[in-house]
Amino acid sequence: MENNFKKTKREGVVIFSPYESGSSIKKALEIGRENILFEVRESKMKGRGGAGFPTATKWMLVAASRADKKYMICNADEGEPGTFKDRVLLTEYPALVFDGMVVGGYTIGSEIGILYLRGEYIFMLEELEDFLQSMRKQNLLGKNILGKEGFNFDIAIRLGSGAYVCGEETALIESLEGHRGEPRNRPPYPVNTGYMGYPTVVNNVETLASIPQIITKGADWFKAHGTDKSTGSKLFSVSGDCEKPGVYELPWGTSLNELVEIVGATNTKAIQVGGASGICIPKSQFDRKLSYEDASTGGSIMIFNQSRKMLKVLKNFMEFFVEESCGQCTPCRIGNIKLLEGVVKIEKGDYTFSYINSLKDLSKTMQVASKCGLGQSSPNPFISILENFKDEIFSSNGNGANHA
Amino acid sequence: MPDTIKRAPISQQPFKVEKPLDLNAIGGMISIQINEKKVSVPLGTTILEACRDNHIHIPTLCHHPDLCIAGVCRVCVVEVDGMRTLQASCSFPITASIKIKTSSELVRKARRNIIDLLLSEHHGECYACVKNKNCELQTLSKEYGVDNMRFGHVKEPVYEVDFSSTSLVRDMNKCVLCRRCIRTCIDLQEVGVLEAINRGDKTQISTFYDKPLQDVICINCGQCLNRCPTGALYSNDPSDEIWRAIDDPQKHVVIQTAPSPRAAIGEEFGYAPGHSFTPELNTALKRIGFDRVFDTNFTADLTILEEGTELLTRLKKAIVDKDTTVKLPQFTSCSPGWIKFIEHFYPEHLDYLSTAKSPQQMFGAIIKTFYAQEQGIDPKDIVSVSLMPCSAKKFECNRPEMDASGFRDVDYGLTTRELAKMIREAGIFLPELPKSGFDEPFGEASGAGLIFGATGGVMEAALRTVYELVTGREVPFENLRIEACRGFEGIKEASVKLENVLPAYSFLEGVNFKFMVAHGTANAKQVMELLREGKLSDVHFVEIMACPGGCLGGGGQPIPTSEEIRKQRAKAIYAEEEGLPIRKSHENPHVKYIYEKFIPEGPCSELSHKLLHTHYKKRGRYII
Amino acid sequence: MLVYEKNSLSEEIELLIERFGKDRVALLPILQIIEKRHNYISEFAQQEVARLLDIHPVEVYSVVSFYNFLHRYPQGKNIVRLCKTISCDMAGKQEIEKALKRELGINFDETTRDKKWTLEYTSCLGMCDQGPAMLVNDKIYTKLDPETAVKILNDTK
Repeated sequence: MENNFKKTKREGVVIFSPYESGSSIKKALEIGRENILFEVRESKMKGRGGAGFPTATKWMLVAASRADKKYMICNADEGEPGTFKDRVLLTEYPALVFDGMVVGGYTIGSEIGILYLRGEYIFMLEELEDFLQSMRKQNLLGKNILGKEGFNFDIAIRLGSGAYVCGEETALIESLEGHRGEPRNRPPYPVNTGYMGYPTVVNNVETLASIPQIITKGADWFKAHGTDKSTGSKLFSVSGDCEKPGVYELPWGTSLNELVEIVGATNTKAIQVGGASGICIPKSQFDRKLSYEDASTGGSIMIFNQSRKMLKVLKNFMEFFVEESCGQCTPCRIGNIKLLEGVVKIEKGDYTFSYINSLKDLSKTMQVASKCGLGQSSPNPFISILENFKDEIFSSNGNGANHA
Repeated sequence: MPDTIKRAPISQQPFKVEKPLDLNAIGGMISIQINEKKVSVPLGTTILEACRDNHIHIPTLCHHPDLCIAGVCRVCVVEVDGMRTLQASCSFPITASIKIKTSSELVRKARRNIIDLLLSEHHGECYACVKNKNCELQTLSKEYGVDNMRFGHVKEPVYEVDFSSTSLVRDMNKCVLCRRCIRTCIDLQEVGVLEAINRGDKTQISTFYDKPLQDVICINCGQCLNRCPTGALYSNDPSDEIWRAIDDPQKHVVIQTAPSPRAAIGEEFGYAPGHSFTPELNTALKRIGFDRVFDTNFTADLTILEEGTELLTRLKKAIVDKDTTVKLPQFTSCSPGWIKFIEHFYPEHLDYLSTAKSPQQMFGAIIKTFYAQEQGIDPKDIVSVSLMPCSAKKFECNRPEMDASGFRDVDYGLTTRELAKMIREAGIFLPELPKSGFDEPFGEASGAGLIFGATGGVMEAALRTVYELVTGREVPFENLRIEACRGFEGIKEASVKLENVLPAYSFLEGVNFKFMVAHGTANAKQVMELLREGKLSDVHFVEIMACPGGCLGGGGQPIPTSEEIRKQRAKAIYAEEEGLPIRKSHENPHVKYIYEKFIPEGPCSELSHKLLHTHYKKRGRYII
Repeated sequence: MLVYEKNSLSEEIELLIERFGKDRVALLPILQIIEKRHNYISEFAQQEVARLLDIHPVEVYSVVSFYNFLHRYPQGKNIVRLCKTISCDMAGKQEIEKALKRELGINFDETTRDKKWTLEYTSCLGMCDQGPAMLVNDKIYTKLDPETAVKILNDTK
């Protein structure tokens, strides 16, 4: 069936809590830049894309830099397998995302916001454009926003063209500039030399969607949720073997056991936390908590029950990385090919343990020597699945192969 | 900052340090710690530079001193205290007091793994490879103790080798995707033939629609060959055919040698750059079996007379006859890479080019006509070889119009590297050979011809002759050194006032003769854009060489190359020239003899046009 | 390509340059529109874009080849992109795969003879909670079973 997006009312303590469109912009303009930065810093908000960089620090760096132009970019290139929270936010809560961009743009002194929307989400383009148009009519975008003299800000939507790596912020900028989506050397970071060489903030959709709530309801309210180091809530995209897949807003610190309960998963063997580039956690460790300090994730939760073959899961992930690596740096481009080769050899029973060990050693190199987050995290499933499910993978039928 | 870096995309530009970011940075210097050693480096220095300045070796592969930063091979990673991941030292600017470890266990393992990965995708058949013993991947694997192929090895080639070009060969089976060729082609030379295509495991370096090199807008400059770390790019080697000709008693095999190879070939035999081996090379060539060894400088002198006369004719037409169809400034035409560049990118401006052939092609035409006639040899039995620093010369001698003698004027263009191979094959150690001169009848050449090898050399040589023709006096520079023409600036510009001219050139009295010199096609492009905008109307003569540094940095020269190496080669050339008895082209007795005996009507006459001049082809950019 | 086709394509690209600006940042939006209108970006179109943006043709080619949604060779009028991520796989992607192949008589990464259909895999479509999912041109379809998948093909013109 064609997907139709019902504006269902969702339950959630922070992001999904009631919000009136434009209210945070109004408040932001009243309290001024410094107070916005103060609130965001106090809230201890960290980037929701997965890396967890403090949002306030990023904003401050750009706010403090002197440049003719600055850019506010919203990273809606949600490509991590198993992640779809941005889809929900953009189709059901566009006001939160765009208001967040306006507040961010005001704070850092930018006049241009860009939403980089992944090509796969082209179906929502028209609605988003309509929404932006309605914001313009209400003077939430455009010149002298809400009567604030000199505050001009508008948002343009740019489409991706089917490349996972463009979710990496510097690759995204390269793509916007009309190049291949290949990550840049860092430093310099985008806050210094970003889009077109100007200071640029790149924020995840969910990060920006949290901002209006923080601004209107305050840092203390926000901090009341979650843990000490992981404040607020998180949207989890739950898929796989469970009764109620979908997007859940839960406070940081929720344990996997609790999560399994909430989404109605039974007979669970493992949970892949953080998408293909995340780690695979076995049932024995389901007391681990979802948070930056423990099981960190950009939101993807994939549940596997006892019937699933973990080697097959791993193979699917490694095939993904082999194809989606941008192909410029050696560890990622060739490393992922070698890890996939290893998986295929294990499948066939054609391996030695010293070979497996050298692949594990290679994984560590990829984690530290790859140019960007893609190559640095792509060995995660390889390491965690081989480690946590070695009994399953290296057992049975004499030749060591487990025909998945 | 090299021009390449200014032209590079934002992503490849080095970090801009606008203000000290660290309070410990005093006077723009910052103290850091490398492997327990405290050192002080300028703010913004990369880790790689800091380590090299302090004699700590860091391996590199994608890094090249002539090119902008890539940071893709990851071989140069080091540990920086407090950072979760290793950092590529080539691209990491030092802006704080950091502590660096260059060979910790983590670093060593990473390097070894990365090299193993590169080897696993590299069709390494070292003994049969043109880059054997001069391959950076081979060196890396030795330095980092590769003892087995842990991640496999390519046994059979996967890609078809592209032999389509007369000048270059591309063997992607050996490519390690360091992207130096891309940065050379797009940023350094602005030709834009090679780019990375696809992504992930399918990433490779390719041309537009994967077309063979002969069908795209490659100018054959060969700068990519000089910077390829492996044997993926090399020149189309004619040495087997040349050996066959030498071994054939019926054939009279002659070779002309250009000045640049002579100033660089020592590097192939372990000598530091900056030694000229002209007399030793003469001996080596004779021992190899060439019947005659000639000096291309002789036709360089001839070129000056032809090109200089052409320029004076154009000036006269423009000034005296008020002929508005005359194109000025006149551009030099010696560099075949430049010729193909302008044919592709500025076909509407071909009339600005001098019609004079390059020295190589003039020599070719003379050998199979006057020389054959004088020596009583049937030109069909002559095999004419040219030793050039250049891969584009191979293309040039194969241009269909280059048959003024009724035969291929030049049969084979041989590069410095390829000749070095022949010399080794003949069991000769070049530097130890006795010295000998060039063969008659073209045994002498002027220093003006010699300095053709360096950027600005043609201009300097032309000025020495044109100025004297016009004024009857020597150029007013000490020891004939025209410093304005020398040096490696991208585009040089200067002028000399013509005063008290001879009566025949009275139309030039008081003219401020303005000239420009550019090397590397990226700079050539800038000059051409100025021409397009009409900003060169007061310029009279422009020298352009396709390669950075001029011919001495040509695509056939010994590898490696860098600005430092090219400077040393230039030094060797200028030093050799000051020792020569004749230093002006028009004073070369053999040139005089040629005109007296064979072309009595002089430069730019009908016969000279037939033999010594050529025409160009409007190629355009469109790739079919 | 015929001369008048070339001329009209050139004109079309010139209009796009007018709209998006003569700057490299305009490259992807322009390519996306050409792709949408012609189902691929031809050799000639790439050279025209390069000429008008003053970049090298190989740079355009390089960009086109990088992105999955841009094609350098002609594709079918309709492109079906089936998500191959593990969530969709667990939800029954294989059955959809078989049904699509059978119905169109082609394999993935192939185009039907009548140039109406092209089958492709895609990485995660972001519909993991409603898999299996596929994208037909600009429309997304979820919770597919083989029968509905085939029906969608028949309903798409």
